[in-house]
Amino acid sequence: MNKTLHIALSGLNAIDSPGPGVPVARGLREASGFDFKIIGLAYENLEPGIYMPGIADKVFIMPYPSEGIAALKERWEYILSVSKPDVVIPNYDAELLPYIRLNQWLKEKGVASFLPTEEQFEERQKYRLTEFGEKYNIPVPESHSVNNLSELAEKGKHLGYPLVVKGKFYEAGIARSPQEAEDWFLKISHKWGFPIIVQKYIKGEEFNVAGLGDGNGETIAAVAMRKQYITDKGKAWGGITVTDPRIMELTRHFVTKTQWRGPFELELMKDARGDFHVMEINPRMPAWIYLAVAAGQNIPLATTQLAHGEEVKPMPSYEPGIMFIRYSWDLITHVSSFQEFSMKGER
Amino acid sequence: MKINPNLAINDTGFAFDPMTGHSYTLNSVALEIVQRLKQGQTEEEIATGLADEFDADPVIILKDLLDFIEILRNYELLEHE
Repeated sequence: MNKTLHIALSGLNAIDSPGPGVPVARGLREASGFDFKIIGLAYENLEPGIYMPGIADKVFIMPYPSEGIAALKERWEYILSVSKPDVVIPNYDAELLPYIRLNQWLKEKGVASFLPTEEQFEERQKYRLTEFGEKYNIPVPESHSVNNLSELAEKGKHLGYPLVVKGKFYEAGIARSPQEAEDWFLKISHKWGFPIIVQKYIKGEEFNVAGLGDGNGETIAAVAMRKQYITDKGKAWGGITVTDPRIMELTRHFVTKTQWRGPFELELMKDARGDFHVMEINPRMPAWIYLAVAAGQNIPLATTQLAHGEEVKPMPSYEPGIMFIRYSWDLITHVSSFQEFSMKGER
Repeated sequence: MKINPNLAINDTGFAFDPMTGHSYTLNSVALEIVQRLKQGQTEEEIATGLADEFDADPVIILKDLLDFIEILRNYELLEHE
């Protein structure tokens, strides 16, 4: 990779429930021997990554995924008329499907990506987790999708309380009674729509794996961490890399069985007996991806290389005991920067 | 009875388990017990050694030692038997 590659990426909302864009850009910036230009794709004009020094060389405002593929395509036609991205790394769950469907068109325009297939994306959806676990022999908690309060009551009775109520893409809450389940159901469905997922509650410790599959069953990278500090939104505010061979075995099993293509995050729960359960599979890099880079596996770089058609060998190991502690920082900028982006939709 | 071989312990009593990501702080007596376990000493040998060192009743020390070992077991810091 000799020439300067232009990488378009989303997820610049480095807020309390952060997107992965800023740490992905950071990983690329720090890849020695490579020169990248970062093109940020933002959905809101106050996403911090738009204004953070050293993150994006150019930023474009994007239409929300809910506006459909036609709007996304139209925006990309404009982006391609004024810049030349070589690779795109979408970092939000909600935009994955539009990008998977637009993949061929973007490829013809010279913009590569390294994404899961539509089938892989669909079958690991939260509301299909039970079926997914059975198909690939992966331990998952029993989950059901519900679309109304009577279905919620029925599944609640079946699963017992406490149980977990989850949104299709985001947000989750623990319900200790049918009333609490109804409260979460109404709150989450109002915000994120249907279906709502109800899941058997497993008490334990949360571990996460950030990884990368090559699409042929090979695990190119995998770094596990234990959440040390969790916010009220369930996000890791601190974490530490761990090297439990059982986690790595489970991760490799997932990649081999599903032939996973692209970056992913496994959310795991270790129960009181020491058994691991896969709670969620996210089809993208997590917001803590820079920890993987710091521990020795530059997953953003490897994803970019695979997208660009280069061969990437599996990364053998990483360092345990590497910690991240997230912090907040007031970035000062002038209204002229905000004005420029707000009015022009780019900067 | 052996300490989990992955457990990294420094001289100040800070211990880190790379498999779970948990860390622990050991006081001087706990550190000595863990080091003796690492050397392969039995519970009886450790109790006798500590009784000599602290001029205390080995029976009482053995009881406290077994309680401490139970804590280590609960934290999964012992090698799987």
